[in-house]
Amino acid sequence: MSTATVSHHYSSTGLENRKIAIWAFIGSECMLFVSLISTYLIYKDRSVVGPYPHTPWTDPSTGHVYHAILNIPVTSASTFILLMSSLAMVLALSAVENKGKPQHNLGERILGNSKLWLFMTALLGLGFLGCQAYEFTSFVNEGLTIKTNLFGSTFFTLTGFHGAHVTAGVIWILTMLFIDFKRGLGPSDALNVDIMALYWHFVDVIWVAIFTLVYLIR
Amino acid sequence: MDHSQSHSALTPAQEAAAGHEHTGPGWSVYWKVAVVLTLITVGEVWVYYIPAFVASRMFLPTLLTLSAVKFVIVVLFYMHLRYDSKLFRVLFTGPLIIACCTLMALLFLFGHLHLGHGG
Amino acid sequence: MATTVIDTIPAHLKPFVPSPTPATVTTEKSTIWGWLTTTDHKKIGTLYLFTALFFFLVGGLEAEIIRAQLGGPNRHLVSAETYNQIFTMHGTTMIFLAIMPLSAAFFNFIIPLQIGARDVAFPRLNAFSYWVYLFGGLFISIPILFGHGPNGGWFGYVPLTTRAYSAGINIDFWVIGLQILGISSLAAGFNFITTIINLRAPGMSLMRMPVFTWMAFVVQFMVILAFPVITIALFFLMMDRFFGTQFYEVAAGGDPLLWQHLFWIFGHPEVYILILPAFGLVSEVLPTFSKKPLFGYPVMVYSGILIGFLGFGVWAHHMFAVGMGPVADSVFGVTTMLIAIPTGVKIFNWIGTIAQGQFKATSASLFCVGMVALFTIGGISGVMHSSPPADLQQTDSYFIVAHFHYVMFGGSIMGLFGGIYYYFPKFFGRLLNEKLGKWHFWLTFIGMNLTFFPMHFSGMLGMPRRIYTYDAGQGWEVFNHISTIGAYLLAVATAIFIYNFFKSRVSGPAAGPNPWGAGTLEWTIPSPPPVYNFAVLPTVTSRYPLWEGKQADIEGARINQQSGKTAEQLGIVIPYSTIKPLLAAAFMIIMFSGLIVGHWLILVGAAATVLALYGWLTSPLEPEHH
Repeated sequence: MSTATVSHHYSSTGLENRKIAIWAFIGSECMLFVSLISTYLIYKDRSVVGPYPHTPWTDPSTGHVYHAILNIPVTSASTFILLMSSLAMVLALSAVENKGKPQHNLGERILGNSKLWLFMTALLGLGFLGCQAYEFTSFVNEGLTIKTNLFGSTFFTLTGFHGAHVTAGVIWILTMLFIDFKRGLGPSDALNVDIMALYWHFVDVIWVAIFTLVYLIR
Repeated sequence: MDHSQSHSALTPAQEAAAGHEHTGPGWSVYWKVAVVLTLITVGEVWVYYIPAFVASRMFLPTLLTLSAVKFVIVVLFYMHLRYDSKLFRVLFTGPLIIACCTLMALLFLFGHLHLGHGG
Repeated sequence: MATTVIDTIPAHLKPFVPSPTPATVTTEKSTIWGWLTTTDHKKIGTLYLFTALFFFLVGGLEAEIIRAQLGGPNRHLVSAETYNQIFTMHGTTMIFLAIMPLSAAFFNFIIPLQIGARDVAFPRLNAFSYWVYLFGGLFISIPILFGHGPNGGWFGYVPLTTRAYSAGINIDFWVIGLQILGISSLAAGFNFITTIINLRAPGMSLMRMPVFTWMAFVVQFMVILAFPVITIALFFLMMDRFFGTQFYEVAAGGDPLLWQHLFWIFGHPEVYILILPAFGLVSEVLPTFSKKPLFGYPVMVYSGILIGFLGFGVWAHHMFAVGMGPVADSVFGVTTMLIAIPTGVKIFNWIGTIAQGQFKATSASLFCVGMVALFTIGGISGVMHSSPPADLQQTDSYFIVAHFHYVMFGGSIMGLFGGIYYYFPKFFGRLLNEKLGKWHFWLTFIGMNLTFFPMHFSGMLGMPRRIYTYDAGQGWEVFNHISTIGAYLLAVATAIFIYNFFKSRVSGPAAGPNPWGAGTLEWTIPSPPPVYNFAVLPTVTSRYPLWEGKQADIEGARINQQSGKTAEQLGIVIPYSTIKPLLAAAFMIIMFSGLIVGHWLILVGAAATVLALYGWLTSPLEPEHH
């Protein structure tokens, strides 16, 4: 009976409960996205009508020619945006962790500004969502909806699931930014920012996989 | 639903006691990682626009390798798994392995993978 | 009763066990509001227990109707459409609303006690899991009362369950209800993984953890990896049914096998999710009543982990009949045979535990021995299915029904009943009546075999699963008749159990902290435990602290057993009670109902859920600790 101190927050591993839980959650999300990605790949090239992702298609009844539907330049840009948001996020975490330490020059003051980096992360996340909104609208205008063919069903569901995760992440980041403005985030909040960051980076790596498997591979 | 606990549930003193200090390597590493990620992405998109390369047998393995490298870099450095507890590595890689095996098994079952001559 | 109980305590422990017949049972009376707002893992566990038993009775009633309908040829007790709803809901109820939550009752109540913790890692998330389960269970169960119950079988194969072939709202309740229940299981999964990793008392290393906690640990990983897959499969079906996507649309190139694969990638791990908790309970009960540590503890643990991994590699043995080709058939046949090895190892270890111990037949230990015997029969008929040619003869026949009832009823339910007799005193501070318990056991054991053994024969004679009725003269009558008699016997057995349960809860003999003379941590504290569980956090030096522990452990146990103090007196911080998890769960159900009621309700429900979550996450878990 050595534990004289009464603490509800005893920990066997010295690790934080919430951090263990978020990693378990991320592991679980791997299976979620693998189910979606598998379905996309299984149904690849099995749509009986177009439009198709990488090849043009002529509608036999109308003679209308549909272009290959994927817009690689826009998606490359949004991929870059999401990667940069991850950079902004690690800087936000770093800034929160180092809050209160002396800042000697302009560079350290910029790097130590958690509000700036949280804002940048959210902004880049919103930029990604903007690209996705543009992409979805232009696809619909070109004649591909979630009901058109298997490609439409699997594509919109997979990228839509990812977009929903990004949306949840942006709301989370904005909430954290609000708290930062309200009372200021400091080292004691680092755990919460860290957990949010882990979620955000995970959403990013899922996009890394989607970008290659859906957009680049023919 | 994992983030069930309020951020005000723990007092600063308890947080400090939990030893949450530095979780990652810092700016000097972060910007280099960002540059590498950008360069790989540029490379991926570049090869996409080389028809001869797209037609070659190297296209698929190259792209899969490049995205795997990006995946691993983000996980190791931005998700600081390289610097964190071994437990988190187990919690992530275990499910990831099961997920990847499931993906490959499904692709095989639906005739997208053929034993013997690659993807 | 009390005298026989104290006899079970090993002699060397007697000095440390307080008065064998405590005069009173101290229970804290709780108001309805107290139950609605509780964050105490023991109360949540108790809620799970009652709710799961309620649904067990509902599923049992459905089973009785099925057996009454099939008791003789050409019966029309219920209409064919009602029959479809009843067998669908029987499977769905038993799996998702009875067995899983019954296991969850033990996870909640027992795991923190076994690892020496004061609660789970996330008490409010735990309450949320329960309320989502309750509301989701009602959501999926109530429609049958109005003739709109799900009617596509518990594995809901497409294209039968697509809008084209099931136009009614029946399947809608099933598709949405299972997604809701999945959220409950996932939330609980993250919670218990964190709890077991991080809230173990000092010295409670992984290889000192009781096997029940170990099996629960494996189960939680299976839950968090299997449930996302069915969530996606159900989401596709939901999109097909509500929003016109083509995932399972054959004319559009969609493949019904996609559903089957995704379903069974979830479905087979689910089988182990249902059985491993019972394995864990048996591994607690048998050592206690054999007065001997579990035989081959490390092997038990490793085989449990191995089952967890292999459980993800056998799913397609449910699909041999679809013709996957020789390679896939062989691979899944072999992995299925492989998984029988760690399972067989466990059976031998239980036998090894009993073999050289001083076995004492109590209701709890009889149920567990019965579980080992009956699960073995079900396991062996399972190995028969691992051979694709044999499986082709048996698939979708009553032989399969016999097989999985031997593992689910003979295995899971018998093990869980053993767990109820064993842990009832810890839940309620009183003992169940042993005489009635033994009646319950023998009637269940006989009734279960009468019901399910003849199904092997009716199946071999070609009786298909899920058939509504049948003509005389095919040789099925006698077997069905016996099955139905057995099912009635099971009803009698269950009635005895329910009477015993509610009678003993009020007036059973007081149990005291350790009525069975068990060795693990949960028996070092009063029954029922105080709100803080352990007055002093224990330090663990062995697998059975009460049997093998050092003097310090025993002393600590004595302090904990006799602590009559309140949390305030001890300075232990207890999480606040809060209604917010219940609200978040309720609003989430409203959000899902919007799919059926009207899409505007989705937005209202989503907004309310987010608000409830914000309210929850911005309020402190517990008073500031000074």
